[in-house]
Amino acid sequence: MKYEIQPTLPPPSSMIGVVGWLRKNLFNGPTNSVATIVVGYFLISFLVPTIQWIFIDSDWVGTSRDACTSGGACWVFIANRLDQFLYGFYPETEHWRPQLAFIIMIGSIIWLVLPQTPKKGLVAILLLVVYPIIAYFLLYGDVFGLPQVETHLWGGLTLTLVLAVVGIVASLPLGIVLALGRQSDMPIVKSVCVTFIEIWRGVPLITVLFMASVMLPLFFPEGMSFDKLLRALIGITLFQSAYMAEVIRGGLQAIPKGQYEAADALGLGYWQKMILVIMPQALKLMIPGIVNTFIALFKDTSLVLIIGLFDVLAIGQAANQDPDWIGYSTESYLFIALLFWVFCFSMSRYSQHLEKKLHTGHGNRA
Amino acid sequence: MNHSHATDKLMVELRDLNKWYGEFHVLKNINLEVKQGEKIVICGPSGSGKSTMIRCINHLEEHQKGDIIVNDIPLNEDIKNIEAIRKDVGMVFQHFNLFPHLTVLENCVLAPIWVKKMPRKEAEAQAMELLERVKIPDQALKYPGQLSGGQQQRVAIARSLCMNPDVMLFDEPTSALDPEMIKEVLDVMIELANEGMTMLCVTHEMGFAKTVADRVIFMDGGQIVEENEPHEFFNNPQHERTQLFLSQILQH
Repeated sequence: MKYEIQPTLPPPSSMIGVVGWLRKNLFNGPTNSVATIVVGYFLISFLVPTIQWIFIDSDWVGTSRDACTSGGACWVFIANRLDQFLYGFYPETEHWRPQLAFIIMIGSIIWLVLPQTPKKGLVAILLLVVYPIIAYFLLYGDVFGLPQVETHLWGGLTLTLVLAVVGIVASLPLGIVLALGRQSDMPIVKSVCVTFIEIWRGVPLITVLFMASVMLPLFFPEGMSFDKLLRALIGITLFQSAYMAEVIRGGLQAIPKGQYEAADALGLGYWQKMILVIMPQALKLMIPGIVNTFIALFKDTSLVLIIGLFDVLAIGQAANQDPDWIGYSTESYLFIALLFWVFCFSMSRYSQHLEKKLHTGHGNRA
Repeated sequence: MNHSHATDKLMVELRDLNKWYGEFHVLKNINLEVKQGEKIVICGPSGSGKSTMIRCINHLEEHQKGDIIVNDIPLNEDIKNIEAIRKDVGMVFQHFNLFPHLTVLENCVLAPIWVKKMPRKEAEAQAMELLERVKIPDQALKYPGQLSGGQQQRVAIARSLCMNPDVMLFDEPTSALDPEMIKEVLDVMIELANEGMTMLCVTHEMGFAKTVADRVIFMDGGQIVEENEPHEFFNNPQHERTQLFLSQILQH
């Protein structure tokens, strides 16, 4: 039989184009067509009035509730309260300080995310090491002629971000150390880490925060007090680091034994092996889990409202109580949800981007 | 055809080596002396302890009794000695165990830079030289996942050689390869043998054993059953167990 090379042909036209897509994804068979129509009907009957309420029938400009006459959402309420939502009770003349801190942070993060920017390593180190110090002095003040702003005045989105960023930045390294400790051959190190992780994982964050704000001061000597925000931060960090440790342990266990052996055989020491060989691979596998924990942490920060810290949710609830604006809590909750969603969704997108970037071919075998 | 490079210096010495996995006695009184430049091929059925034995030499496995001396350094609990021995002993694994997050070149320079504190430039120059020797300098900037099995194994050999080892351990280096890739790896190993490297190879490539080995060792049940120079070993095996094994692997 004679062998001939067959020409490559384009796919049949029913597979391509809009019609092809619709047929393949929405109307392939009677069941799917019915499902498409039913789901489509409900979506439209829900979305249309919602969009109308949020965007079309809504009021945006004004100074008091008298401006809200259209029957839709009253965004005037949010606009008038925006400063409080963002800065809490932070003195108005000093708002530029949290703004500047926020801009520096977002700026450096964008720097790190963009593919072409140079000196990423340096920026990352500055962001992790120098930035927290700058941000602290910016927000707290009492240096370089900046008036002091006590932490009980911090609030709104600023406070939420402070809690989340400190929690994220501090719990990751602590989690790594705990996870390595849990894998350690040294029985004392191992049992200390296991005990720590299991205790913190076994209690709800609310209890931790209560402990930090109410119980802890009872154990301090008379006259000694330390900042409530700081106590909450420590509580959140320790709590999240236990979760982080378990995520990281999962990643470490997924690294084939051969990688440890190859590093050993080359003469790398324990820390060299972990930092140069194991962690970079494990962290890549752990990105979804870590980001998941970050997102949970970000949202959990709203629990601080029960110990009297005014994060963005607490500010919203306080605003709802304002007699001048009573009846508009839907708007404030929606706005707060949007704020949380923007940050959490950005984290989620960035993690997907990272995963793709760090993918170096298929050969991840032992 | 067999040019022995062996000198009188003892490179690896195992004395009454014993090892247990829990209750299971894996290695029983192993005695072995390998001179500098000697090429040893170790074969035997699976579970006979051959891999475990060579993995004891660089302390990937811990032994419970007996002595291991590598290049005059005794292998004991002292972490300094273990590290010193690992600097002198290169190892090639069945599954290559390249670091998938690093390029070929980065794989090769990692240990020289961090363990030997070699300047990066020098380490890279040396790595390129060795990649040249295993005939894949053009793959230096690729990731291991982009290479074929044979290429990966040659990178793994180059990576070990970058540490300038005095002894090379090969743990079934061709067992995980597709048949058409075995030769390219064996060629590199033969070249290395001809340059006088001290080698301990766990392998079932009997052609390789016949070409380069100074001695072939047959293990079974955690013991060295028979040890002879290749011609005698293949043509005149002494023990029944060896005869059976050889008849099984040489049949086809």
